[in-house]
Amino acid sequence: MTLALGTAAVVLVVLLWELLRPHIASELASARALWAERRRRAALPSGYDPGRERRAEQRARELLQSCVPEQEWAMYRELGFLRVTAPRACGAGGPGRGEDAPYAYLIYPHKPIVAYVPATGELLSEYCVAFPDESRPYGSPRLPDSDDVLAKWMALTADERRLIGESNMHLPGRQVEPERVRRDLDRLARWEREHAGAAHPEAVPARAPDNLRSA
Amino acid sequence: MKPGHGEIVLAEGDVEVPEQERELIEAFRRELDAGMWAAVPIETAGGRREAELVKSFDEVPREAERVIFFPRAAGG
Repeated sequence: MTLALGTAAVVLVVLLWELLRPHIASELASARALWAERRRRAALPSGYDPGRERRAEQRARELLQSCVPEQEWAMYRELGFLRVTAPRACGAGGPGRGEDAPYAYLIYPHKPIVAYVPATGELLSEYCVAFPDESRPYGSPRLPDSDDVLAKWMALTADERRLIGESNMHLPGRQVEPERVRRDLDRLARWEREHAGAAHPEAVPARAPDNLRSA
Repeated sequence: MKPGHGEIVLAEGDVEVPEQERELIEAFRRELDAGMWAAVPIETAGGRREAELVKSFDEVPREAERVIFFPRAAGG
């Protein structure tokens, strides 16, 4: 009798386990997902709101578009970076244009500025620079991508020496993959060829002389 | 320029109106005192766009439509 009751109890427990197992597994998976989401949110700056960040970026893009030359806005919109050609060359016997420039910079959002030789594609250096707002008005010190690009563009075109002086210089490849830069230079060359016919003559292939300032 | 927001209008006014000019100067000083850089987007005679960094209100061209403040550069 005891043996029969014991066997029945074991069978009952096994049956109950089989019935509840999918439900328990599902609950455990939900709890794990919830925990992971909490950890992800905890890692974000406090008050981070993806929607607000998207709106901020939209405003930043409009501001960038209103400040940089049309050709460079199109470059950023289509390629994701800006090219600034040798601002200092203006004070040393005339500004460079396209491949004639002694050097140029590629400006990426939230990445170092990359200096290179347009004629050869040789990478010269990376200038690590940021524009942190330590007041963290919305939980983060980081500007929207397009504001970061605009800040670099304004500082480079207005006072190249000052910006370079504030930055940390490194050999190419420290933060931006050289292969990526070479691919971007190829994309830029193709893009300029495609736009050469449609663009304003003064804007092709690079910046017009009066756009370049002596630092 | 503000993280998480983008462009924020700090002050608006006409530099030809003394009272408004004073407000603009105060806003300008406030931002520079907070450690911001100030840039004026300009268009050259040739129609090209560029920027000019200014360190005092006197350096802002009278015909400038706006001054953009952004956090000062730091080595990244």
